[in-house]
Amino acid sequence: MEFGLSEEQTLLQDSVKRFLAEQYPLDKVREFATNDDDGAIVRNGLAAMGITALMIDEDHGGVGLGLLDAALIAEALGHGTAPMPFVASVVMVPQALMLGGSSEQQDRWLPKLAAGEITAGAAISELTGARGDTGVTATNGRLSGRAMFVLDFEADIYLVADTNGALHIVDADAQGLSGKGFNTVDCTRKLGELSFDNVPAEALSCTAQQVATVLNSGRVILAADSLGAAQNMLDQSVAYALQREQFNRVIASFQAVKHMCAEMAAELEPCRAMIWYAGHTADAESNANNNSNNGEAQQYALHTKAHLSEVCQFVARTATEVHGGMGFTDLVGLHYWFKRIGANRQLLGSPERLRDDAARALGMVN
Amino acid sequence: MDLSYGAEYEEFRAEVAEFLAKHKDTAPKNPELRSVEAISWQKTLIEAGYFARTTPAEYGGHGGKPDILKSRIIAEEFARTRTHPGMGGQGISMLVPTLLESGTQAQKEQFIQPTLHGEMLWCQGYSEPGAGSDLAALRTAAVLDGDEWVVNGQKIWTSTAQLADWIFCLVRTEPDAPKHQGISFLLFSMDTPGIEIRPLVDMTGKANFNEVFFTDVRVPKNQIVGARGEGWKVANTILKHERGSLADPNAMQHRLNGLVELLETETVDGTRVIDIPSFRDRLMRITGRVMAAKCNDLRLLSNSINKTGGSPLAAMVTKLQGTELRHELEALAVDAMGEIGLAYGDNEHLRGGGSWQTQYMYFLGLIIGGGTSQIQKNIISERGLGMPREPKVVAATKQGAA
Ligand SMILES: Cc1cc2nc3c(=O)[nH]c(=O)nc-3n(C[C@H](O)[C@H](O)[C@H](O)COP(=O)(O)OP(=O)(O)OC[C@H]3O[C@@H](n4cnc5c(N)ncnc54)[C@H](O)[C@@H]3O)c2cc1C
Repeated sequence: MEFGLSEEQTLLQDSVKRFLAEQYPLDKVREFATNDDDGAIVRNGLAAMGITALMIDEDHGGVGLGLLDAALIAEALGHGTAPMPFVASVVMVPQALMLGGSSEQQDRWLPKLAAGEITAGAAISELTGARGDTGVTATNGRLSGRAMFVLDFEADIYLVADTNGALHIVDADAQGLSGKGFNTVDCTRKLGELSFDNVPAEALSCTAQQVATVLNSGRVILAADSLGAAQNMLDQSVAYALQREQFNRVIASFQAVKHMCAEMAAELEPCRAMIWYAGHTADAESNANNNSNNGEAQQYALHTKAHLSEVCQFVARTATEVHGGMGFTDLVGLHYWFKRIGANRQLLGSPERLRDDAARALGMVN
Repeated sequence: MDLSYGAEYEEFRAEVAEFLAKHKDTAPKNPELRSVEAISWQKTLIEAGYFARTTPAEYGGHGGKPDILKSRIIAEEFARTRTHPGMGGQGISMLVPTLLESGTQAQKEQFIQPTLHGEMLWCQGYSEPGAGSDLAALRTAAVLDGDEWVVNGQKIWTSTAQLADWIFCLVRTEPDAPKHQGISFLLFSMDTPGIEIRPLVDMTGKANFNEVFFTDVRVPKNQIVGARGEGWKVANTILKHERGSLADPNAMQHRLNGLVELLETETVDGTRVIDIPSFRDRLMRITGRVMAAKCNDLRLLSNSINKTGGSPLAAMVTKLQGTELRHELEALAVDAMGEIGLAYGDNEHLRGGGSWQTQYMYFLGLIIGGGTSQIQKNIISERGLGMPREPKVVAATKQGAA
């Protein structure tokens, strides 16, 4: 029995962390947030490292790794508040294409995604709760309606869910498609909305279960992103507490401050193992080609996203408190992580929603 | 228990209501600082006795007898009709009471009236980079040179310094005295040469507060409030007012009403959020906490009317409880909106002008500002529950990593 990461996995994660630490310091995060930088240095650099090819099979120019590996990268991206199109572009859309795309569709899109030549967004938020009157309907291969909260916005192609839960691929240049940014409190990634006016689309033939798998992958990735962000906030808190002095002593010597940090660590540390297992069980299920699906991966994805949303929100608030007034300013930039964690919480299902889904999946709700 | 205010007070309430009806259309909604509109509304309110009610008329107040119930009725009626209750700000809420308590006759005459009228805006220069929770460690120095104090040093987190005409400032004048006894309370114009203001952007994206640098700022000797070395005492007489005002239960109720409306109008998959049991339960929990806070506030009100002075704990917990409760109330609104709760800045989908997300963050700031939650807990346990203070450390020790 060995519950842990392989040497390769640790090396891969470390290399992304190192890259971001060197190439994407806080002033770059700020420039991206104010639209003074387009994040190309991160996109291109990580593509060159093969990150965009991560989950795509070798036949289509990828490296064929699994959700666990992707979650480790997501953790590094959250740690560095990286503006990398990832949850949709590297994980959900390639996975949807591999599960439900025709070989022609796979040949057309996967190699380009793997090489980082194009990016893909996901307009699927309505599957986890449509707000107001949003929703996209499909008739005869054409889409109409509106999708909000499009992940990895400003992409070349979009994965779109219709109101029946079927998936489609739409070219960003397709006639009748218009989009605009959806400004959020989290300025470290792009979100948008799309309007469809009789837009030509290509259907993917994913089963309902495969659609759920894609959604759940996205959830594990967002949870891992929050884990990285929260770990960074905890690390910054401990470092700050060790050098900030009040009442003639470092504030880390106050039991109140120690306990804040210890509680953050106590809540966060089990989350790391939970992410690993959520990734691992999803990979095991997909390797078994869905024959041995006992719903465990589903339960883990839902609970991992719900639980990490709660824990990381607690960490985000507590880490800010450890920093005193400094935590509330832009000076140390702690708020970028705070807001990223806040965004991950709301995307692809709130904790309440996901816990309810988990109960329903177990047949607890009539 | 007798919760009626009595006939005399119901008559007073009717008077206030009449005034409000009369000014329904003329009262400014959101007047700009220093605008003619703002200043004239201040004067109208003072004259009617609905602002600066108990401040003596010779200093520009209304000169009424203190009557806590009347003050409460005024606050209630203005809130009920959503009428602008007059200006806030640290000059009015903190400096005026300080001057009334500790100022000289000349200071009261010079400063109180223009402050109440909204013509003179103030900022509070207390915190420094090295003196936050440990405020008494402040180092900004003032040295007497002839008839003037010469001020050198730096303040931080100074709210509204960029707008203020004057600053009330804690400075060290007796470097050799024990730290609490070496501080003095000075007033000076922000136009005095030698002052530099650098705005600080906070997590809401706005520059609400600032760093303020003093280089040989010369302040007339008589612009000290209280005696030399008494500044800590002067400041502390009103710090408790600040803490109370950060956790106003009426403001909480107002936000709670808005929250209920929000949950009744937002929908997910066509279902109103309020019909989702988990969210409804969270709403009801917050509601219960707000009700407790309001009852606690009534108890404090009753204590101060009847001068019983009891229940010090009830007063000590309000800042801690109130700011944390507000933060969680705003958090529920953000959660209830799902992804729409993330909308910020330029976004047509904002609800309530984006105030939920802003206040969610701002109240985290207030959990920290005005004495952090941890400091509040120290106060509650030590002064409220009689537990011993942590042993004092005399010299700086940087041995945390060991
Ligand atoms: C929104 C906002 C507005 C403000 N406006 C003003 C203003 O207008 N004028 C002004 O002068 N100041 C203002 N402040 C400053 C505010 O009063 C200080 O930020 C606050 O007192 C905390 O000090 P600090 O930031 O130095 O944090 P620190 O004192 O460095 O605290 C850091 C951490 O250490 C903890 N800590 C420190 N000492 C102890 C202890 N003894 N026991 C346990 N834990 C401890 C704190 O709780 C905190 O978690 C404002 C602050 C905010 C956030």
